[in-house]
Amino acid sequence: MKFELVVNGNPVLIEGNPMDRLLDALRDKLDLMGTKEGCGEGECGACTVLMNGEPVLSCLLPLIQCEAAEIETVEGVATGEASAFLERFVSDGGVQCGACTPGIIVTAWALLRDNPHPTRQEVQAALAGNLCRCTGYEGIHRALGRGAADE
Amino acid sequence: MTLLGSSPPRPDGAAKVGGTLRFGDDLPKEGLWYGATLRSPNPHARIRGLRWNPERAPKGAVCIIADDLPGPNGVQLLDDEWPVLAEGIVRHVGEPVAVVAAATMLAARQALGAIEVDYEPLEPTLDLSAAANQESLYTLELRSGQVEQELERAHLLVEGTYHTGYQEHIYIECQVMSAWWEADDKLVVEGSMQCPYFVHRSLIHVFGLPAERSVVKATPMGGGFGGKEDFPSVIALHAALLAKACDHPVRIAYDRHEDIIGTTKRHPSVVTHRAGVDAEGRLQAMEIEVVLDGGAYRTLSPVVLSRAVLHAAGPYRCPNVHIRGRVLRTHTPPNGAFRGFGAPQVQFAMERQMDRIGRCLGLDPLEIRLRNVLEEGDKLPTGQVMDESCSARLCLEKAARETDFQERWQHLEAKRRAPIDGESMQGVGLSLYFHGAGFTGNGERVLQSVVEAALLEDGRIEVRTAAVEMGQGCDTVLPMMAAEASGLRPEDVVLAPPDTSRVPDSGPSVASRTSMVVGSEVAHVVTEIRDRILDWWSNSQESGAAHTVEDGVVRRGNGESWPFRELARRYCETEDPLVVSRQHEPPEWQVFDEETYQGVAYPTYAFGADVVEVVVDPDTLEVRPRKVTAVCEVGRVLHERLCVGQVEGGTLQALGWGLMEEVKLEAGHYLNDRLATYIIPTIKDSPEMEVHLLERPWKGGAFGAKGVGELPMDGGAPAAVSAVENATGIEIDTIPATPERLLALTSAHRQVPSGPQDPKRGRRPGG
Ligand code: FES
Ligand code: FES
Repeated sequence: MKFELVVNGNPVLIEGNPMDRLLDALRDKLDLMGTKEGCGEGECGACTVLMNGEPVLSCLLPLIQCEAAEIETVEGVATGEASAFLERFVSDGGVQCGACTPGIIVTAWALLRDNPHPTRQEVQAALAGNLCRCTGYEGIHRALGRGAADE
Repeated sequence: MTLLGSSPPRPDGAAKVGGTLRFGDDLPKEGLWYGATLRSPNPHARIRGLRWNPERAPKGAVCIIADDLPGPNGVQLLDDEWPVLAEGIVRHVGEPVAVVAAATMLAARQALGAIEVDYEPLEPTLDLSAAANQESLYTLELRSGQVEQELERAHLLVEGTYHTGYQEHIYIECQVMSAWWEADDKLVVEGSMQCPYFVHRSLIHVFGLPAERSVVKATPMGGGFGGKEDFPSVIALHAALLAKACDHPVRIAYDRHEDIIGTTKRHPSVVTHRAGVDAEGRLQAMEIEVVLDGGAYRTLSPVVLSRAVLHAAGPYRCPNVHIRGRVLRTHTPPNGAFRGFGAPQVQFAMERQMDRIGRCLGLDPLEIRLRNVLEEGDKLPTGQVMDESCSARLCLEKAARETDFQERWQHLEAKRRAPIDGESMQGVGLSLYFHGAGFTGNGERVLQSVVEAALLEDGRIEVRTAAVEMGQGCDTVLPMMAAEASGLRPEDVVLAPPDTSRVPDSGPSVASRTSMVVGSEVAHVVTEIRDRILDWWSNSQESGAAHTVEDGVVRRGNGESWPFRELARRYCETEDPLVVSRQHEPPEWQVFDEETYQGVAYPTYAFGADVVEVVVDPDTLEVRPRKVTAVCEVGRVLHERLCVGQVEGGTLQALGWGLMEEVKLEAGHYLNDRLATYIIPTIKDSPEMEVHLLERPWKGGAFGAKGVGELPMDGGAPAAVSAVENATGIEIDTIPATPERLLALTSAHRQVPSGPQDPKRGRRPGG
């Protein structure tokens, strides 16, 4: 079967089975390796992408549910207006090994787009599904605590 | 120079936040076959029959069993006792019995169904109590002074037995390895690993290859924490065997479930203390027994035990100490390296014991520690005399001052005794800890690690080490150290990829040794290249005048200046290639006797003190850490942001281990073998953290840096548990302190004593 999606702003046609995971389609068919698998069962958030602007877990999402959807991966977020935030995310210590990072960036950016100055509690609520084993989350708080804007 | 201690952005940061960094499973897949593993369903059994039925497998699939190995069936770590594939007997659930490869992942999984195994179950040894009267995997003993005599004479005898559980690493990137064979029988292995030369050694051992025909390339790691120190050798061997058999490149990528059941964990421990103290609470004598659960094979357990024994008495002064350590064998998956390497287990016990001694004498946690804290001039049980870089008191006092610890603790003690209905319970706890820097004992001497630097045609200097970036920041810090020493800029230095065909063996990326050991050698070789170029330049100028180098610019007294890279480029045009290498020599005063366990076990120690505040729900007994204040003295801060990040991340891992992370085994089977059931801290569980970095440089090198990777793993758990005790009055000697465990302790009436003990009755029975 063929599925029509918009990925990072580009219309794409993906051949696959209806139950193929979006995660595998992105990685294997579109070579978008930024999206990671950390558990494959919805527990770690490493595979998070945006679907029509909302964070979703691509390891749980069958292609059939993605027909006509707009998908944004970390590669898409990174080439958009998030650049100042990304730089800060690095300099504030939000990233160490980087395996959780794509999922966290995507989720955090979705939060900041709606809410440019989230409180610590709002950050906790938004990122509750994204595990990071390296940073202790403090660097992530530091980066998000400074908001979305270029300042 | 002010480069060190500043926080330039990490060079790998942009690729990581942009999703363009390639990890092991992100590498191209063309022509790749996939490997899968058949695992033992039994904790202990004889393999009566093992048959591969290719006709029942997808076409072309291959299978490897122990009989097919070209050489010894052993993963080469300290010895080669750990089988590559089970041979005749399986010793734990999940042990690899056979591996298969096929053109797709699905086909590989199907091929597993074509293997028949006939097991004859044997009696398993499943826990430490069952293993106690069997032969140990390894034992150690360390003795100073007259312990029995002094215990007899002491004012008060305090006993305790403390238990810690498993911990699974949960690096977010699971284990992954690819292997292929090139022309002339050359083996190439590429994947996620902390120690390319460990993997290299195992490959040559099993395949009997000359060293240069085995090439090991480490990809950037999505987390290691020790979990990619020992285990990558196993799957590298599996992938290489399969690649040979099917004549395709083969990748083995564990999913999370397989990673949890198949790989090593932190050793569970039981530590028993008997301490004699005087009327003021000063330690007079300690008898400590450390028992670790090694699991089915020895792996790195002897060195884990060694570090455990050497840290068991904590950063305290005690003239008479007797420590015995044993690793026992059980029919459970082998335990191995995990950040801290035995030190967190024993320091959990020691810190709990200090709190208990304090309570017996009516002293708060700060006071009892202040009376015993290790200071310059004091001796460790090994006889090593603490030099001026000993900062235990500094850390302790700073942590207490920053948090008003004593007052807060007393206040919450009083509050607990007069609780107000419905109010949540609050507590504060303290820990003091230390961590020996670098390899234990003569480890560095045996290792003989080598680093190399070479001048490139574009005038930059290539630094060649086997250090691997796993998030800790070595790719950031090593060029900074080179720049600090040489006056060049970090960008004048490039790191060669950690590939055994391109870099010498600078030792494994473990034991917090990369900055301290590899970094100081990197500083030397880069400086040597600089000097060689300056000499050449002075000679060619016929002036012989002295030059200085700052910020990548070479200057002469007369005001002339040149970019260093320009001179280096010119050097390359006319001169022979310039490569220098250097072998690390530990300081000659670092002499340790492996027989008596006397001498200098570590050239220096980093110290730390944590204060943890918790809130406990009175109905569910759920513990929420609210705030951590961590004071860490690391010798010299090389990169502030990264250093703080190590402390924050390590501290949260320690809190997870102490409060929530629990591997549950039943009859040798994991009950929680998924991320849905093995719970690690989320951002919601994590407290606010305040980190204070202190510096007491040591004189041995690396600009005084002592290493920071493991230190923060030692302090979080005991401080958190002490806080829970302060909040609830429940006496806790076992972690993780989950609500279930707290409830069980409450039902067993395990309450802290309400006041000082009468010394005659204070001789508490062990418990
Ligand atoms: S891989 Fe999707 S949530 Fe973990
Ligand atoms: S940076 Fe390593 S898991 Fe988050």
